[in-house]
Amino acid sequence: MILASSTTVDLARAQFATTSIYHFLFVPLTLGLGPIVAIFQTRWHRSGDERWLKLTHFFGTLFLINFAIGVATGLVQEFQFGMNWSVYSKFVGNVFGAPLAIEGLAAFFLESTFLGLWIFGWNRLSPRLHLATLWTAVVGTWLSAYFILVANSFMQDPVGYKVENNQAVLTSIWALLGSHWAYYAFIHTILAGLTAGAAVVFGVCCWHFARGRNVEIFRPAAKVALIVLVPVSCFNLWFGSHFGILVTSLQPMKISASEAQWDTCSHCSFSLFQIGGFTQQDETPRFSIEIPDMLSFLATGSFSGTVQGLTTLNDDYKANYGPGNYMPPVETIYWSMRGMAYAGSLVALVAVIGAFLYWKRRLERLKWFLWVGVVTAFLPFVACIFGWMLTEIGRQPWIVQGLLKTDSANSPAVSTTWLAISLAVFVTLYIALLVLDIWLMRRYAERDPSSPGEEPGGVAPAPAVGY
Amino acid sequence: MNLQNLWFVLIVVLWSGYFLLEGFDFGVGMLLPFLPRDEEEQGQMFATIGPVWDGNEVWLVTAGGATFAAFPAWYATMFSGLYIALLAVLFFLIIRVISFEWRSRSTSPRWRKVWLWANAVGSFGASLIWGVGFANLLYGMPIDSSGDFTGTFWNLFNGYTVLGGLTVVAIFAFHGATFLTLRTTGDLLARAGKASRDLSLFAAVLGAIFLILTVIVAVNRNDKSVFPPVLPAAIGIAALALAVLLVYRGRWTWAFTMTGLGTIAIVVTLFVSLFPRVIVSSTNFAFSLTVSGTASQHYTLQVMSVVALIFVPLVLLYQGWTYHVFRARVGGPGGEPTH
Repeated sequence: MILASSTTVDLARAQFATTSIYHFLFVPLTLGLGPIVAIFQTRWHRSGDERWLKLTHFFGTLFLINFAIGVATGLVQEFQFGMNWSVYSKFVGNVFGAPLAIEGLAAFFLESTFLGLWIFGWNRLSPRLHLATLWTAVVGTWLSAYFILVANSFMQDPVGYKVENNQAVLTSIWALLGSHWAYYAFIHTILAGLTAGAAVVFGVCCWHFARGRNVEIFRPAAKVALIVLVPVSCFNLWFGSHFGILVTSLQPMKISASEAQWDTCSHCSFSLFQIGGFTQQDETPRFSIEIPDMLSFLATGSFSGTVQGLTTLNDDYKANYGPGNYMPPVETIYWSMRGMAYAGSLVALVAVIGAFLYWKRRLERLKWFLWVGVVTAFLPFVACIFGWMLTEIGRQPWIVQGLLKTDSANSPAVSTTWLAISLAVFVTLYIALLVLDIWLMRRYAERDPSSPGEEPGGVAPAPAVGY
Repeated sequence: MNLQNLWFVLIVVLWSGYFLLEGFDFGVGMLLPFLPRDEEEQGQMFATIGPVWDGNEVWLVTAGGATFAAFPAWYATMFSGLYIALLAVLFFLIIRVISFEWRSRSTSPRWRKVWLWANAVGSFGASLIWGVGFANLLYGMPIDSSGDFTGTFWNLFNGYTVLGGLTVVAIFAFHGATFLTLRTTGDLLARAGKASRDLSLFAAVLGAIFLILTVIVAVNRNDKSVFPPVLPAAIGIAALALAVLLVYRGRWTWAFTMTGLGTIAIVVTLFVSLFPRVIVSSTNFAFSLTVSGTASQHYTLQVMSVVALIFVPLVLLYQGWTYHVFRARVGGPGGEPTH
């Protein structure tokens, strides 16, 4: 019985993890590519230069191909709380449901309706109004992200609530909406989205430069992409580490696990890479590369700061919450943190070099770097996946930090068989869609923006897309 | 009226909005394999709902989110109890959503055919399951004292709930065909008109039987009096009967108004029949979930009321504007062909 129930929880977790990660492959692209397409259209609107219009159509199409999957898989996320986590839903609904419902009413309606207006409004709305519909949709996507992150932040750092009759009850909507965690997560996510959007635009430009195709059209796009990418990716590295300091104060276990820091230390060194040292039986790594004092600085903002060790923290948790293991899987968290940080740093590095080459007018001819640019388009997504693994696996064993544990929050009504069926359905469907999406993206990314016949009737401005 | 009941009404409004709007989307989707003669007409049919389907689907997202916020225990029991059914809904909605964006991305006839069928199957499947699912809330599901579903997937099917599913499919198809008569031109328009007439009597009769049965189920299984459920049911039957007359007279705008009213009446009749319960337990009537037993605390409902008061009118305003912008018929002189 106990075995069966732990399998059920594991399957439910596996399903939530799979579907969330998958959903979040499309979210950053929507958040980041939307405003860049809007910038292209704004430039066209202001200058009348046809190149900007072609870029708007070209990247608008890539944006929409992904937006569709983002919408479809987002629906799964909303349903899944109730489907798989009914105990959780009953426990947090009073608080957690509010930002989700507000997201629908205040943001998702805006995003969906105005995007429909943008897609089909090319000849029906005045150019100015048509441009405004895209910017409105972009505002909608950003607002959506904020409300969803408010909901998520309640799982990391619950605020604005009290517990009454075994339920979390909302006491202040302003405390909930003003959660520091939510602000940090929102800015971090928007910056990551912009990084992803700009990196994809830059990667596509690099591909066309490497083939010597459409250079005149893609040059301004590469410039816009770099203007976004350089400051945003660099700032996000700093901001992410700054976010780490907040996490240290609210979820110390997550930070210590992400550093495999077993003992409490000050002047702690940061481990860049290590072999071994991930279990209580094997606390000392066999090999490691370390930067002195760096962990203290990253976690606390001071080179001499104290970082609580996993063992100490676990003892504190036992004293507060009763016997048990309160440590997340250390090795997974350690590598998630590094996967995120290293992928993010590489993007920033490529962006800075790319901007330098652009400035020196050498970018378009430097073949090897152009291929690096193409590969870099994928890195922000890698960083996002690892970032969410760090955030959500690092929260374990809690589903709501300090209030409710994951293994007692799933749906009693949902059997292992049902879960096996649903997991199989989602995995099969999602893999099929991903294969098709990549095929479509590639096909459309490699197309010539100026190719004739692409715009129905050859009239410009024509619908970016149609049916 | 206290806030809990107000929120029950708002949930009914959200589901009604969803059925009214996505109802004709689904109907158009189901007719995709049958009405168009060629790819151009298929494109025109897609284009009639292209600008609006996404906004329409948000009514579902909002209904789900609002149920979560205002009635967490209802949301939790309904979504976990209808697990496999909702999994199927998600599957159908996903393939359908993607068909809209992806179909036109390749000129290969096979690719286009696959996505056309994805939309049709998705529309049909989702409609069927919504009907079965909502009928179950009233007919009763095996729910224990802690509000957890204890049955199997097959418990969801019986004569009444299956009829509910078929009724929703038929009404949506009728609603969609009637919608097409307002948005198409030429031959396609003529065929849409014929489809609407052909479907009208069948859908109206099925709808009337389901509405009458719903009142009977409400009386027999949910301890309700005949009134008030009979009121929305009667309005629904009248609206559907009028819709039949109107399509035969070619009064399309009025006919569409009546299919819309009929669709809303089905949702309203189901929820009025449920009230003050939200899910009937077939295990023990006393275990049934109620409005007051599943509602969030007063403060949450207050906050949500303010949010709804501000945003629902705004949403109606800009969605109404969208329908105004895209009022021209597809393929006619008023609108350019988009495919």
